[in-house]
Amino acid sequence: MGERILMKGNEAIGEAAIKAGCKYFFGYPITPQNELPEYMSRRLPKEDGVFLQAESEVAAINMVYGAAGSGARVMTSSSSPGISLKMEGISYIAGAELPCVIVNIVRGGPGLGGIQPAQSDYFQATKGGAHGDYRLVVLAPSSIQEAVDLVQEAFEIADFYRNPVMVLGDGMIGQMMEPVEFRAPQKRDLQPKDWATDGCKGRKPNVINSLWLQPEKLEEHNWKLFKKYEEIKKNEVKYETIQMEDAEFALVAYGTTSRICFSALETLRAEGYKVGLIRPITIWPFPEAAINQAADQVKGFLAVEMSTGQMVEDVRLSVEGKAPVHFYGRTGGMVPSPNEIVDQVKAVLGGGK
Amino acid sequence: MKQEVIMAGFGGQGVMSMGMLLAYAGMMEGKEVSWMPSYGPEMRGGTANCTVIVSDKRIASPITPSPDTSIVMNLPSLDKFSSMIKPGGVLIINSSLIEKDTNRTDIEVIKVPCNEIANELGNSRVANMVALGAYLQKTGILPLESIVKAMKKVFAGKEHLIPLNETALQRGAAVVK
Repeated sequence: MGERILMKGNEAIGEAAIKAGCKYFFGYPITPQNELPEYMSRRLPKEDGVFLQAESEVAAINMVYGAAGSGARVMTSSSSPGISLKMEGISYIAGAELPCVIVNIVRGGPGLGGIQPAQSDYFQATKGGAHGDYRLVVLAPSSIQEAVDLVQEAFEIADFYRNPVMVLGDGMIGQMMEPVEFRAPQKRDLQPKDWATDGCKGRKPNVINSLWLQPEKLEEHNWKLFKKYEEIKKNEVKYETIQMEDAEFALVAYGTTSRICFSALETLRAEGYKVGLIRPITIWPFPEAAINQAADQVKGFLAVEMSTGQMVEDVRLSVEGKAPVHFYGRTGGMVPSPNEIVDQVKAVLGGGK
Repeated sequence: MKQEVIMAGFGGQGVMSMGMLLAYAGMMEGKEVSWMPSYGPEMRGGTANCTVIVSDKRIASPITPSPDTSIVMNLPSLDKFSSMIKPGGVLIINSSLIEKDTNRTDIEVIKVPCNEIANELGNSRVANMVALGAYLQKTGILPLESIVKAMKKVFAGKEHLIPLNETALQRGAAVVK
């Protein structure tokens, strides 16, 4: 076991990336994720890496495109409005099948919005915020330790599938300090990056591109991507269930909101309400089967989010009408309190335990 | 065992570092801890606060609508955070800067002249440690020594500050004894 150290989420994410072999970071400042590029600017030069503050988010994501194309482990981070600017590049990277890690420490929107924590980028992250038939693998940590573990895994997933992976936190994950321990990440059996544009002396040149003018060829490429996404859906779903064994009602929440739900759950359990919690860790792929199965057991669901209701749509799709799905949200940077969630559950259950 | 505390004051009064030391010490004692700062367009002289939770179990929400304790270092913080405290909880008031009383009758109020004590020690910047000493003595959540151990980590390169901070902790604790 390594030593437990107290770290701020943004810094811990940076260190985790370096421990996972990330050598390149390109970004542009935005609150509430600034400690992350700041940390990388301090650390990467000591690791023979490169930190570069680009002139804009658009430049930064295209630098990521280039570094990923040359076969390097590379990361960028931003917060909501900055991620919107990166969307074009993300689509190109997905189209060209390049691995990289993108961190979004979400703040309230739309537009410039605010700087306090939010989860209102769920649609953008999971439903393809940019153009074209593509998917990001999206990991949603709920603690600093989990952020560290997932960032390290994100690089492995990205390389394994040659696909961009997004780590979706929020202002709380970015700003909070918790003890973390850096464990050796689980290594996957990775193929050599023989597609990389890293100098073609003695071999045929590699071409990295996302342009397919022949519709037949592009369709073929789209179906190839689709198959890859199906494979990811089969293999990479992650979620946690808390006290679901005897639950008659289920809360569904991800990220920091899931922890507030956990507080609410403890209160409700103490009062005799048989409530459980399903916490998606991957929000794409979404734990559809786990929620569908729970729908046979519980009387209903309450999705809780820091948005006006985005993940709740995936919960409804997963439940397939087998049980009612309710929603409670706070948004714009407001964080729900455990008591609000307790009251919502009681209101839904009409006082019946 | 679970203790939730909100620490609040002017920017520059050291409320963030007071919370960080508590979290660090809790971690070194093998507890689960979380430290959640207010963040935003804050400036010198504005208000800052952090929520620290120290627990034997996995910490659910890192923020709390009803802390066990609030430590308020200035008047705006008293107004904002005294109403949140759990019934039966503790309010620690920096009486050097706050003359006003709280209207809560269902909590225990401890007045600590943090700045006066700190000034007696020759450095007004240790007022935060005086408050932390009083908090530790009152709640018994961690021994004073564990904070001193944490200082050795947190003040790396500035070890000469430790004796003064340790004395400030003890003086704060003595107010409660």
